[in-house]
Amino acid sequence: MAVELVFEKKPKIVLQLNDSLLMIKRSSRHIIRNTDQLLGTFFQPIMFLVLFAAVFGGAISKALPTGVSYLDFLMAGIIVQTVAFGSTTTAIAVSNDLKKGIVDRFRSLPMSNIAVLNGHVVSDLFRNTISTVVMLLAGLVIGFRSSASFTDWLMIAGILLLFTFAFSWLAAIVGVIAKSVEAVQWLSFVIVFPLTFASTAFVPSEGMSPVLKAFAVNQPITQVIEAVRALILSMPIGNHGWMAVVWSLGIIVVAMPVASWLFRRKTSN
Amino acid sequence: MAVSKYVIEAKNLKKSYGANKVLKGIDLKVERGTMLALLGPNGAGKTTSVRILSTLLKFDSGTVTVEGYDVQSESDKVRSVIGLTGQSAAVDELLTGRENLVMMGRLYRLTNESAKARAQELLEEFDLVEAAERTAITYSGGMRRRLDLAVSLIAAPPVIFLDEPTTGLDPRSRLVMWDIIKNLMARGTTILLTTQYLEEADQLADKIVVIDGGKVIAEGTAKELKAKIGKDRLELTFSNNGSFEKAVKAIGKDIAESNEKERTVTVLVKDTNVDVRKTLDTLAEEKVTVLSMAIHKPTLDDVFLSLTGKQKQAGKKEDK
Repeated sequence: MAVELVFEKKPKIVLQLNDSLLMIKRSSRHIIRNTDQLLGTFFQPIMFLVLFAAVFGGAISKALPTGVSYLDFLMAGIIVQTVAFGSTTTAIAVSNDLKKGIVDRFRSLPMSNIAVLNGHVVSDLFRNTISTVVMLLAGLVIGFRSSASFTDWLMIAGILLLFTFAFSWLAAIVGVIAKSVEAVQWLSFVIVFPLTFASTAFVPSEGMSPVLKAFAVNQPITQVIEAVRALILSMPIGNHGWMAVVWSLGIIVVAMPVASWLFRRKTSN
Repeated sequence: MAVSKYVIEAKNLKKSYGANKVLKGIDLKVERGTMLALLGPNGAGKTTSVRILSTLLKFDSGTVTVEGYDVQSESDKVRSVIGLTGQSAAVDELLTGRENLVMMGRLYRLTNESAKARAQELLEEFDLVEAAERTAITYSGGMRRRLDLAVSLIAAPPVIFLDEPTTGLDPRSRLVMWDIIKNLMARGTTILLTTQYLEEADQLADKIVVIDGGKVIAEGTAKELKAKIGKDRLELTFSNNGSFEKAVKAIGKDIAESNEKERTVTVLVKDTNVDVRKTLDTLAEEKVTVLSMAIHKPTLDDVFLSLTGKQKQAGKKEDK
């Protein structure tokens, strides 16, 4: 062996942080290399946007406040839906890692094991940001217009990133628990689909039955949608802004340690 | 603390999954710079043992140390001196060969420069330079195993666990793998290898431990294990029936086996030099011409079968 090996002599906490950075780099490379998923990242949101706008637009526009087009109303809902569904990729990635034995490899290294989860969750932020930007651009092409200021857009970005981060940690739990990638698919679907549809993502809550409405207006996804929508349409944001933030933070505070604990438990057997 | 001469040491190692006792008290000792082969059929407890020794799996009782560190309470220290490859390890399919190596090197706490330089060195050594910038998903089985082994060598750990490194490889790839492993041994790496191929243990290992049903059923060098079973066999072939019959008469009671159709006679020999000459002298006196002769050493296959067979018979007796 000709190469002289030099080892890092930094404090443990710095090295562990570095582990997470390495894992983020790894997961981000996956985004680009996994071409099937990448196509989904681009085309699924566009498809949803165009279909919903075309199919529901005419019927629902009457229920909207005057002067608001369905496309402008829909944008917040479809972005949040895409981000929520997008978190499934974290679950799939975690499940894949556990199944393919690479987690064993990582565990045989002197690294921080939770870095694996950090990598997937953080790279999910990048991927969802791409999806969201693609969708906004597609929206602009088919007629979406917003009067939101630059500061409003920063707030929108902040709320969405926080929400994505929270949802990805939930997805990480699903990824650890599920026994197979197929199980991840339906488990995520069963959780995300009702949450996004029983919300104000696609229709205002006025026409819903009282029970459904009570659920829809109080659940976290609606808070996030309403906050983003108010900012996009330059309408009063009310309680939705801080409710969205509190919900997201709450989910993070619970889901992060739970996911880490489950991951550790699963991999030490 | 006195430094043990054993780099890997397991004493009375036990592990169960519920009522299923996978390891029933295994003892293993691997001296510095040597290779121990853990030989056994599927389900013997080989992979479980390796997973425990490499800190991946908790065990029920016994003690396990690697380089003097306890695998449970000092797992971080153990992890910085071991490399693991084979069945239970893997590479990242969506990263290139080089990216895999550099990433794992960094996770071993190598500096960026060291990781990159070492990655290049290993790519060259393992004949992966051309494939270095391709994602691992495009690799053949043999290339993937080589990358996998290279990854576990990235920080040049003094102790390597090879869990069935050639299972599922074609014969050529297996030979390439053997060469790589022999190179590792030449550099003084301490290796624990598991295999279900007797030939592999025979070819590579200094010492062999045969396990079956979670227990050690035999141990020693390949030569010692073979000696336990068997004598060498001298096989003589004759050109015509006349010679064959004369030979059978001349050698008489020393014949272990004879085949009239093939005109072969097999003689068990204890002291090869003396006994072979004696047999040939007897034939010469009778003026019998031998067409061909061959000396067969007992194979580990014979050893293995006879050992595991005996084990099963003993088990039957216990049942009664």
